[in-house]
Parts: sequence; C-alpha cells; structure tokens
Amino acid sequence: MDVMVELKRVTKRFSGTTAVNEVDLTIRAGEFITLLGPSGCGKTTLLRMISGFETPSEGTVLLEGKDVTYEPPYRRDVNQVFQSYALFPHMTVQENIAFGLKMKKVGRAEMDERVRSAIAMVSLAGMEARKPTQLSGGQRQRVALARAIVCRPKVLLLDEPLSALDAKLRHSMQVELKQLQKKLGITFVFVTHDQEEALTMSDRIAVINKGKIEQLGDADAIYHRPKTTFVANFIGQANILHASVVAREARQARVELEGGLTLTTSEELPEGAERVLVSIRPEKVWIEKERGEGDNWFEATIEDELFQGPTDQLRLKTDGGLTLSALVANESSRRTPVHAGDRVWCHLHHDDIVFVHED
Amino acid sequence: MRSRTPSGMRLVNLLLSGWTGLVFLFLYLPIVLLVVYSFNASRLAIVWEGFTFRWYEQLWHEFTAHLADERRSALIESMGNSVIIAAATTGLSVLLGTAGGWLLHRYRFPALRTISTLIFIPMIIPEIIMGISLLIFFKTVEMELGFATVIISHVTFCFPFVLVAVQARLAGLDPSLEEAAMDLGATPLKAFWHVMVPYLLPAIISGALMSFTLSMDELIVTYFTRGPKSETLPIKVYGMAKVGLNPLLNTISTVFIVGTAMLVICAELLKGTARRSREPG
Repeated sequence: MDVMVELKRVTKRFSGTTAVNEVDLTIRAGEFITLLGPSGCGKTTLLRMISGFETPSEGTVLLEGKDVTYEPPYRRDVNQVFQSYALFPHMTVQENIAFGLKMKKVGRAEMDERVRSAIAMVSLAGMEARKPTQLSGGQRQRVALARAIVCRPKVLLLDEPLSALDAKLRHSMQVELKQLQKKLGITFVFVTHDQEEALTMSDRIAVINKGKIEQLGDADAIYHRPKTTFVANFIGQANILHASVVAREARQARVELEGGLTLTTSEELPEGAERVLVSIRPEKVWIEKERGEGDNWFEATIEDELFQGPTDQLRLKTDGGLTLSALVANESSRRTPVHAGDRVWCHLHHDDIVFVHED
Repeated sequence: MRSRTPSGMRLVNLLLSGWTGLVFLFLYLPIVLLVVYSFNASRLAIVWEGFTFRWYEQLWHEFTAHLADERRSALIESMGNSVIIAAATTGLSVLLGTAGGWLLHRYRFPALRTISTLIFIPMIIPEIIMGISLLIFFKTVEMELGFATVIISHVTFCFPFVLVAVQARLAGLDPSLEEAAMDLGATPLKAFWHVMVPYLLPAIISGALMSFTLSMDELIVTYFTRGPKSETLPIKVYGMAKVGLNPLLNTISTVFIVGTAMLVICAELLKGTARRSREPG
C-alpha cells in the first residue's frame, strides 16, 4: 500500500498553547480520511501543516516520502478547499478554475480542456461566465472543488467544506464528494466536526481531541469499538458506566455494574484491570415484554420517553437503581409498543459491551 | 381627508423641506452665479450685459496658442503645472497608500494604533500649519523649492485618503483569499498582483481620484512650498483675483468646477461599487 502523507511526531505551538501535540499519522494513497473533532481540537492546524500554511514547531511532514516540512504552499502538490470557499470575487467561474493552471503555466489548449472537464465534473456547465456573487452556496462550493481538482493534486484537503450548506444540500454533496473521490482516485483529507458526515464518507477516521489522535480506524471500528470515553461520547451517544470485574475466563469476563447488575462480555479485558469503564450504545439495548433466551437479561422500568421521529429515546431504571438510556424503533401501535411507566425486559449482546479508557 | 399625514406633521414636513432648500441655496447660489457670469458679455464681472461664449473662446485661444508655442500664457502654464503636480501626487499617493493600508491590515505590531492615528494628522491639521512646517523642513534640509517640494507636500495629505479607502476595503476581506491563491501555486508576490490588486482596485481608484482633486485645488500649502517655476493654477487665479475680477477667472473656475465635480462623482460611484461587491462572495 502506497503511503501518500506521513506526519512524524508533529507538534504545533501557538504562543504558549499547544494546538497539535506529537501526532503521528500515515495517510494512504487514494484513501478518504477524515480528521474529526470538536472545534479547537487542532484538526484544522493539522490540515494546514499538510497544505503548508503552518510550519510545525517540531516534527516532519512527508509527501510521497519527500520532506516538505518547510516547503511553502505554492510548492506542494496539494490543494485545499476552504471553508469560506475563498473564490476570487473579481474573476468568473472559468477564470477562478483556470487560476491554478495559469500559475503553473499550463498551455492554452490544455488549460481550456482541463477547465472544461473540471466544470463538467462538478456539473457547472453554462455557469462559466458568472461571477461568484451570482452563484448559490452549493454552486460556489462546486467552483471551489473544481478549482482545486483541476490542478490534479496528489492530496485534496477539505476544511469543513460543507458546513455553510443547508442540511439537504449537505447530504447530497456528501454523496457527490465521495463519488468524486472514488472516480478521481485522489487522496482526500477531510476536516469536520460533524460525526455523521465523517461516518458517511470516510474510509478511515482520525478522532482528534486536545491536539492528539484519540483513535484511528474505519467508521465501523470507531463507532462500534470506541477506545475512549471521548470517542464514545463524541460519535453517537453512549451509556458510560463504571463496572468491576468479578470473573475472567478465556474469551469472556463477567462485570458487575452499579446496582448489582452483572453482565457477560466478550471483549478482551484490559490487562489486570479491576475497575473498568464500559460503553453501551443506547440502540443496542434490546427492549422486550418477555424475557428471552440466553444471559444478559434484566428487568427495568421506563421512567421517561422522548419522541424523536424514527426512534423513541427511553430512560430506563433497573431495580438496583442503575439509569440507562435506550433507543427503540418507533413502531406502529399495532405491534407491542412500550410507554413510560411500563416494566420491561432488557437484553445486551456480549459484543455490544465495550471497554473504554477514561481520557 | 385628502392625506393620511396628520396636519401637524404636514406643517413640520413643509418647514423641513423649506429649510433644506434654503441651505442648498446658501451653498450653491454663489457657484451658480459664478457659472452664470462666465457667460456674461460685460468686462465688469458684476454687471449683466448679455450672453456670450467670448471668454471661453479667449481661454481656448490662449490654450492653443500656448500649446503651439506662439504666445506664452502664464495662465495656461500654471494649469499645466497643476496637472503635472496632481498626476505625480496621485501616483505616489496610490503607491504609498496601498502599501501602507496593506501593511497596517496584514501585520500586527505594538505601535500599530499610534501609527494608524498619526497617518490621519495631515488630513485634519490646518493647512497653514502644514505649509509653514513643510517650508521650515525644506529650508532645514536645504531643498530647493520647486516641483519636488510641492509634490512631496501634496503627497503628505493625499496618501492618507488612499490608505483609508484601501483599509476600508481590506476590512471586508476574506483572509483565505490570499491563501487560496498561494495554494493554487501563486508566489506571495503573484498572489498580491493577481488577487489583492484587483480586489483593491475600486478603493485605489477612488483614493486616486480624491488625491488628484485635492492636489489640483490646493492653495495654501502650495503657496508656501512652491518655487518660481512651479506656480499652480490656484495660485495664479489667486494672484489674478487680487488685481481685479477678470471675466476669464469665472471661465476657468467653471471649467474647474465641472472637472472636479466629475472626478468626485466618479470617486463616489466607485465607492458604491466597492461596497456592493464586498458583500460575502
């Protein structure tokens, strides 16, 4: 597998505060990687060190194995789509897209051809002569995209490019971006604070918190096997519960939660751990009227019910006093609906109880 | 009732519009009179004897004769001097003002506020003081009075106007714009030329027009800093008016008023364009 970008122990300090702290990251050629984290976590700084707008305080940035740590942005084969799009207001769509090729002194005929195909790729044909002010938000976004890909960069950096669009447009652009990336085969590094966006589009996600990568993995691993409480809470919802280990077997362990609830887990326990934290996704809590087969069944009362459209959010209280949040599909009244005040049986599958570290 | 406006309000509106009219009359009647008298057939400036283009013809003849080197005209020469001085002042002011505005916007340094304030002092300081202080300065450094000293003096109070216009335009600038240019392969210099200069152009032009007008009209500072061969038109006109009111004066003034008004209108129109295109892009 080819390596496209390599960050080696990269640190960036801004007058006293550390924005990025000793980050190691290897980005593979042709992958769609997302840097996900809350605002101020350092993800944009990380991106700007790849584009060349920031120089690391320590560490090296390699592009295709070549050290580019101190190369200015105009000498790197990477292009960026800016959050504000940063279209040149005095230039037409055509001129905006041709700018990068003009700077690289590409010949007239080739330039026209490449601009035309870039315009076609982002479906902007017929808009060539318009100025940015005459375009809608979505169209500006496409111009910014075309302006970057027309240069055929080795890496395309996208800094929260969809955050200014309304929800519907954002969804369709997510799909379009992903398709474009597959078609072009260019490495995409996408920065966002929107977990759903990250889960939908990425081959791999790097969850970033306080200048460090908390977890790196594909969407499935990040969602189903979060390693820290931060990852569990930032991506989706999670019940984070204290537990103590009561029994250990080869591939299983039994843990006791607050209120005396004992559960069987299948995940490998941290070595020598006595007190652990477990994360349980609310939608993994099965709710039934009757007790079913197997273990990990317990009774609880529905304390509260919150209608959320496709799902109902329930607050459960076990007899031992443990509070748990659960998500159930919003079923029609012909089935067996559950309501606040009902006594129900809850079930958890072994695999859905995940051990996490506190950050 | 014919009108929805209460009668009390109608009276107030009437008084207000009447007052506005009086103010405009007070402001513009002298200018209108001057323009009217430039078409007066009489040699005496304040007696109306009928309509004529005679003075415009005379001015035109002086102009063509001077250009054809037939008869030297001090008046036309001073006009030429004024244009040369104003053009040079404008060019230098644009360079200084644009660079200055850019640097003050781009870089943060401890003396920033002080410097920003100091730059506006030449705009508000009484001209007589500017004139005297510049004269003392030129004498101290033993600089011979002439075109150079007049141009330097004019630049000191003209370039802040360019700077202010450029700064105002930069205030609405998307900071990513320059980065986008560099990201696409432009060196910092190319990014400035291809992206910043076009973006700043409306501000630069409006500042330049302002500089040109100010320099053309300037009397007091020029009076102190001119040399024997750098007489400007305002100085010449002032000299002529001291001797007596000459109908030719009205004619030149009218030409001047029309020229200045056109430049100011252009500047204002461009400022409007600048404001509109500064809306999020």
